[in-house]
Amino acid sequence: MAVVLILALLVVGSVLFHLLSPWWWTPIASNWTYIDNTLIATFWITGVVFVAVVSFIAYCVWRFRHKPGNRAAYEPENRKLELLLASGTAVGVAAMLVPGLFVWNQFITVPNDAAPVEVVSQQWLWSFRLPGADGKLGRSETRDITPENPLGVNKNDTAGLDDVIIEGGELHLPVGKPVHILLRSIDVLHDFYVPEFRAKMDMIPGMITYFWFTPTRTGTFDILCAELCGVGHPQMRGTVVVEEAEAYQAWLAQQQTFTQLLASAEPQPAN
Amino acid sequence: MVEIPAGSADAVPAAEVEDMELYHPKSWWTKYVFSQDAKIIAVQYAITAISIGLVALVLSWLMRLQLAFPGYFAFIDADHYYQFITMHGMIMVVYLLTALFLGGFGNYLIPLMVGARDMVFPYANMLSYWIYLLAVLILVAGFFAPGGPTGAGWTLYPPQSVLSGTPGGQDWGILLMLSSLIVFVIGFTMGGLNYVVTVLQGRARGMTLMRMPLTVWGIFTATVMALLAFPALFVACVMMLFDRLLGTSFFMPAIVEMGTQLQHGGGSPILFQHLFWFFGHPEVYIVALPAFGIVSDLISTHARKNIFGYRMMVWAIVIIAALSFVVWAHHMYVSGMNPAFGFFFATTTLIIAVPTAIKVYNWVLTLWRGDIHLTLPMLFALAFIVTFVNGGLTGLFLGNVVVDVPLSDTMFVVAHFHMVMGVAPILVIFGAIYHWYPKVTGRLLNTALGHIHYWITFLGAYAIFFPMHYLGLLGVPRRYYEIGETSFVPPSAHTLNIFITIMALIVGAAQVVFLFNLIWSLFRGKEAGGNPWRATTLEWQTPQTPPAHGNWGKDLPVVYRWAYDYSVPGAPEDFIPQTQPATGGLTREVMR
Amino acid sequence: MNVTLLFLAVIGAIIAWWMAGQRLTSKPWLEASPVQTATSMNDPAAPTIKIGLYVFLGVVGALFSLFISAYFMRMASSDWWGMPVPGLLWVNTGLLAASSAALQWAKTEARHGRMETLKPALTTGLLLAALFLAGQIEAWRELTAAGYVLADNPANSFFYLLTGLHGLHILGGLAVTGRTTVRAFAANVPPTQLRLSVDLCATYSHFMLAVWLVLFALFAGWANDFVDLCRQLLS
Repeated sequence: MAVVLILALLVVGSVLFHLLSPWWWTPIASNWTYIDNTLIATFWITGVVFVAVVSFIAYCVWRFRHKPGNRAAYEPENRKLELLLASGTAVGVAAMLVPGLFVWNQFITVPNDAAPVEVVSQQWLWSFRLPGADGKLGRSETRDITPENPLGVNKNDTAGLDDVIIEGGELHLPVGKPVHILLRSIDVLHDFYVPEFRAKMDMIPGMITYFWFTPTRTGTFDILCAELCGVGHPQMRGTVVVEEAEAYQAWLAQQQTFTQLLASAEPQPAN
Repeated sequence: MVEIPAGSADAVPAAEVEDMELYHPKSWWTKYVFSQDAKIIAVQYAITAISIGLVALVLSWLMRLQLAFPGYFAFIDADHYYQFITMHGMIMVVYLLTALFLGGFGNYLIPLMVGARDMVFPYANMLSYWIYLLAVLILVAGFFAPGGPTGAGWTLYPPQSVLSGTPGGQDWGILLMLSSLIVFVIGFTMGGLNYVVTVLQGRARGMTLMRMPLTVWGIFTATVMALLAFPALFVACVMMLFDRLLGTSFFMPAIVEMGTQLQHGGGSPILFQHLFWFFGHPEVYIVALPAFGIVSDLISTHARKNIFGYRMMVWAIVIIAALSFVVWAHHMYVSGMNPAFGFFFATTTLIIAVPTAIKVYNWVLTLWRGDIHLTLPMLFALAFIVTFVNGGLTGLFLGNVVVDVPLSDTMFVVAHFHMVMGVAPILVIFGAIYHWYPKVTGRLLNTALGHIHYWITFLGAYAIFFPMHYLGLLGVPRRYYEIGETSFVPPSAHTLNIFITIMALIVGAAQVVFLFNLIWSLFRGKEAGGNPWRATTLEWQTPQTPPAHGNWGKDLPVVYRWAYDYSVPGAPEDFIPQTQPATGGLTREVMR
Repeated sequence: MNVTLLFLAVIGAIIAWWMAGQRLTSKPWLEASPVQTATSMNDPAAPTIKIGLYVFLGVVGALFSLFISAYFMRMASSDWWGMPVPGLLWVNTGLLAASSAALQWAKTEARHGRMETLKPALTTGLLLAALFLAGQIEAWRELTAAGYVLADNPANSFFYLLTGLHGLHILGGLAVTGRTTVRAFAANVPPTQLRLSVDLCATYSHFMLAVWLVLFALFAGWANDFVDLCRQLLS
């Protein structure tokens, strides 16, 4: 009977752990509450199935344990029961999948008014580029990267000259405005990951990947790398500050543009 | 209703199989070392796989120690940590699980269970093992090479895996890893051809596909999948070797590494990921399907009841195998591939849950109204169902594309795949060893030691991986040498990490009990006799135990019934071996 | 991965066709009579080694279809410059086709037990295949001399990689065909055994010819036109 007892304890223990665990997601700071809701729904459906299946096993072991003289029933199959269970499962799966796909559609459809923000990663540093007054980012190319032009912005593209370049510093974002995060890497795979935003995406050298979100509360959040990028992977940290529009504008005005960056580099002769 | 003419067994001609051209071992060397007997090859595979698996177990201890006590052990620096996780992952997935299920159990059980004398190509079968051993040796050589083994993570994603920011990237590590995998694939292909063709051609008279035990179904289907999926790993490894050694740019885009422009350009890291996961996802089922098959037979035998819904079980295996080739990109939801693929792959991934769930239902419905003997194989089978259900259900989180976004690359993923393709299949392996050890050696494993091993392993592994999901939910990323200072990880999470590490040490140590049992019982175990579990399948009906060379003595067995005639009403015993002819007195009309 | 999925669909169709004949919907617990369920073991139409070869060719097919998938996926990048196809490849194609034809001839001769024509047929097939390999190496030398080196461009890399891999497979085939030829010249080998070996060599050779034709079409760019056409039809 130890088996029955332990299986029952395992079910109760797992449920209690889930309910009492102090380890739960960080409070959300973006518009992706849908993701959290889908996750909660998945927890409910899978939790019920887990409890049901393991309890049923415990019951079977308790009820049908071998005793002298016992003999098992003979039942090769039961099509009705199997079809019923299969269709029940299909319904449960659809209940998780369908909302998930709707949310995914939102996730990959960037709203038109989302402001572009470029994140550039390298071993093991985060850099950022924001569009200047024209609201557009200039073209960039890994081949154009030099010590004076660390993000490889194309000097001949006028849209890029007023871009704000933040090398290794903090990223600030205005609260309540959707942002279109454009991700670029200049060496290996990285992944822009802020747990509070829920969204994340790999950064791939040679490609521009993206996601979007709307910051919904002000605060300072950690940026982590979520794709193994070499020995410095855990040390690759950054900070994103979500703040009110005025504070954001004040911060933005202090940042260096691409033109200023080139100008500051020029007077020093290369050695 | 099928008419069974009375006395039809008499109509069966004696096995008219030509006397197979078996090689006959001439010396000790050709009998036990360079043996072409599938049973010896199976044991060789098993010993090699378990040995290298123990190395991987020790590596897991070392990385758990680092996670619980960061910086306390000076010799575990970041380089070593990444080398440990990489080797641990690759060894466990490829060199232990694949090799043990297909090379070990496949070799031992296929010929015996389908009633063949041996594999159809014994020489290629022998070569397969020696090439596998070579692959293992090349892999282990990484530990002794300058720069150590690769620390690229078991996924070996370029460009990181071949650059200097990764241990072994510009040294020998990555080269040895890629070469070892290429050699493994070649060796596996030789073995795999054997497993498939033996099932196709080597079945005894009367052994139709629908009379095969599910173990054979599982291993057979997994091998077909492996033969089609491993070439993808081969292709990816060859192309990466070219990139690393010959300066091509298959996977290498333009890169500025630490301020220097590299000579590569234009390559696609995503291409590697597609190739890798085209192998990597079927690989999950290459491990899972043999486990599914074996556990079905363990449950049926020890619950003295036919496996519930046999036909559905077979179809589910085939459907899972087919579907598993069109779900690979669910490992790549946040890889930056075209996001529209997410719709397709999320749908196929969640569809696969239905046949998998059917299998779970049929296992528990086999217990229902059974006559459950709580033997060690049955206990391990129960533990398998619990851990597999748990791991399978968390798979529904990760397979659903949008739920995967916050959870991907966190400890949730680590917990999920360890539960579903680490703990669950290994519990089946243990159950299978307790089940078939008497056939291999003629002696039973010690039950008391087995219970100690069982409870610590099952509950300990659950205590390791169940709470780990919640670290992932919290947002702790995977593959972190140390989490360091963050604003969102509370100190209590660190306590949890220490708890997990202590459990990991205990579970690992419990395996010593198992190893001791394996060796001790070889000499002191209780004599088992030919059929200690009173099972129906052919391997328990051999004239000798352990089966002699050629398995069956003079005549091959003839199969008269399916593999699950347990507790048939009207039969004197609660099992009828597959080799027992139908008698006139026994009609089946009553059972429908 | 479309090419691979297409290939797998073909393999899947073969498996489905085979399974359709295996009575997968029967109820095995109702059948206790072995007569109706005798397997087709030792069916002379399908010797075990032949099934083994077919399965192996399936694996080789998967390998090449994966490489071809990778080829198309990599080709989408902007740095891809097509490579000229040396005229020599036409000659090589002819050689390989002739080798395959010679082995087909050998197969016919072996079936009729005509040892005296079997020997020259096998030898011709062997020599032509060896000449094909020599021709491939010469094509490599020509291309390298003309400045098309391996690492310059992904098109070049794929050309050398795929021709090399195909060459290795031909080399393996040569070893087996060579062994069969030696046995054909030895006096004491029964023709029945030889028949099977020649049959296997011919099958393998035809398969490798087919792979080569696909690769050649790929290098010559016809495959791309074909893919474009498919895309247009789809959209």
